[in-house]
Amino acid sequence: MVLMAATPALAVSTLNGGGATFPFPIYSKWFAEYNKVKPDLEINYQSIGSGGGIQQITRRTVDFGASDAPMTNKQLFKIDGKLLHIPTVLGAVVPVYNLQGIGTLNFTGEILADIFLAKILRWNDPKIQKENPGVKLPDMPIVVVHRSDGSGTTYCWADYLAKVSKEWEKKVGVAVALAWPIGLGARGNEGVSGLIMQTPNSIGYVELAYAKQNGIAYGSVKNSSGKVIQANVESIAASADGVKIPADYRVSVTNSPNENAYPISTFTWLLIYEKNAGGKGPVIREFLKWMLEDGQKMAPELGFAPLPERVKKMVEDTIEKIQ
Amino acid sequence: MPEVPHLAGPRQRTGDLVFRRALLSVALFVVAVVLLLAWSLADGSRLTWKSLGPAFLWSKEWDPVQENFGALPFIYGTLVSSALALLVAVPLGVGCAIFLTELAPRRVADACTFLVELLAAVPSVILGLMGIFLLVPTVRSVEPALARWLGWSPLFRGEPYGVGMLTAGLILTLMVLPYITVITREVLLAVPQPLKEAMLALGATRWETVVGVSLPFARAGILGGIFLALGRALGETMAVTMVIGNTPKISASLLAPGYSMAAVIANELAEAASDEHLSALISVGLVLFGVTIAVNGIARLLIYRVRKA
Repeated sequence: MVLMAATPALAVSTLNGGGATFPFPIYSKWFAEYNKVKPDLEINYQSIGSGGGIQQITRRTVDFGASDAPMTNKQLFKIDGKLLHIPTVLGAVVPVYNLQGIGTLNFTGEILADIFLAKILRWNDPKIQKENPGVKLPDMPIVVVHRSDGSGTTYCWADYLAKVSKEWEKKVGVAVALAWPIGLGARGNEGVSGLIMQTPNSIGYVELAYAKQNGIAYGSVKNSSGKVIQANVESIAASADGVKIPADYRVSVTNSPNENAYPISTFTWLLIYEKNAGGKGPVIREFLKWMLEDGQKMAPELGFAPLPERVKKMVEDTIEKIQ
Repeated sequence: MPEVPHLAGPRQRTGDLVFRRALLSVALFVVAVVLLLAWSLADGSRLTWKSLGPAFLWSKEWDPVQENFGALPFIYGTLVSSALALLVAVPLGVGCAIFLTELAPRRVADACTFLVELLAAVPSVILGLMGIFLLVPTVRSVEPALARWLGWSPLFRGEPYGVGMLTAGLILTLMVLPYITVITREVLLAVPQPLKEAMLALGATRWETVVGVSLPFARAGILGGIFLALGRALGETMAVTMVIGNTPKISASLLAPGYSMAAVIANELAEAASDEHLSALISVGLVLFGVTIAVNGIARLLIYRVRKA
């Protein structure tokens, strides 16, 4: 016993992390499952938001951070040491709406941008009708709902809209919180979906995992190849294929060139220092290895897509650097 | 007599001294907490004041992407929703208290008082949920009628969203109503019975007694209750953010969505990754702190004036 306790790997009994809320469902599952594999290691994760995760890892008050948006160069500049972005899974953001008697609708990036820019104001707009022949769209004003709290979901949504609409890029931009041209703000995925379910003729966006778990109808989106794609594990994973993945993994995969990709998809990242004090490096590395093998298999049931094989290989090499 | 200087003189027991010092340090601790709060808010918001200056207070733009920050829509939203709440809650609360003290049979009064006090203990997030599921749909169904009948005034124009300034004001009404009722009831109970009896003996009606004796006697206390309620309304966060619509725009219409200071801090603080954004949110906190202090100051002054008169 005494000898075992003296080995550094066993001295680490807890890891603390915090950050993104978007991947919280899968992370909490991973940490709980990993605790069954390694009963003497407990991983605590606080879903305080990506911004909070970045701040805490910058100040080294946690062992790892988590973010849905890659850190900017300006943010990385403040880091003392080398911080790695480790992609864990891919998620998607879907348009959700409340239109009586209407099932799945098809959208294009341009339509979504125009709705959220207050340029398309009514449901029976010819642009929407053109993508949905045969659907009787109501002659009603569109009520736009967006997130009021800063969120990685908003970042992904805005990142996509900025890629398909020059006007969005110029007027609104990309961030976790925006100056919205139109709409009501609601707090959290549950606030947005709650307001949408209550408000006739409304439209908003939530992450796929959330829409799936709560049985909310969501629309399909036309991708860069002109194919109308519904968000699912395969179409989300496809968005990372065909995109060049840089060595630091800070890449946006929205509007992917892959013809089978759902266009509003994103990686989500763990933020981990290359050099870790107190013998925590090997423990983190071991968890990441487990995450890449067993952990990935748990992703689909929660609405997340596992990393494509090619990315997984890259990450396997990257995590060897963690000490 | 030698005992008298003993009692009042300089020879004190150490117990007294310790007691006095202990109380003093407790009192100073409270002061220190307030000062520390003010200092940390001022310190955290320095970046905003340096880059934007006082224009932060009257700028209407809130754009975290371009890092343009202005607090006016939030200040407006906080003040208007709180004012709206008082507008409804003061007549309701004072009326309720008069009924409880002057008119209601004892048993009814006791039961009602208990229920009102219970209302004060409901957590705000529960009231917010009630707001979302009950108040918002109700307001949405009433709003078209409001717009039709009162649409001539700019206060009632626009789309019936259900969420907005009006709903926020109503939910705040529910939250502050118990404060006003309970405090008003307490001060009305303190009105000397002989005064009221004298008035009644002169042939005054109940109405005349309440208006002529009870309310004037109790008005300082009632004012105090109202300002306590206002303080609560200004700082309320969860329930408001759930129904106000969270849109940083200033519009005359009560049907339009708005935003409040406390709500924007709660919404955006967790994800404020840039220093400028964080600093702007802390500045909003400082403004809210200032507004609360100003309201309390005015309350003190008013109560002091009323007492003197």
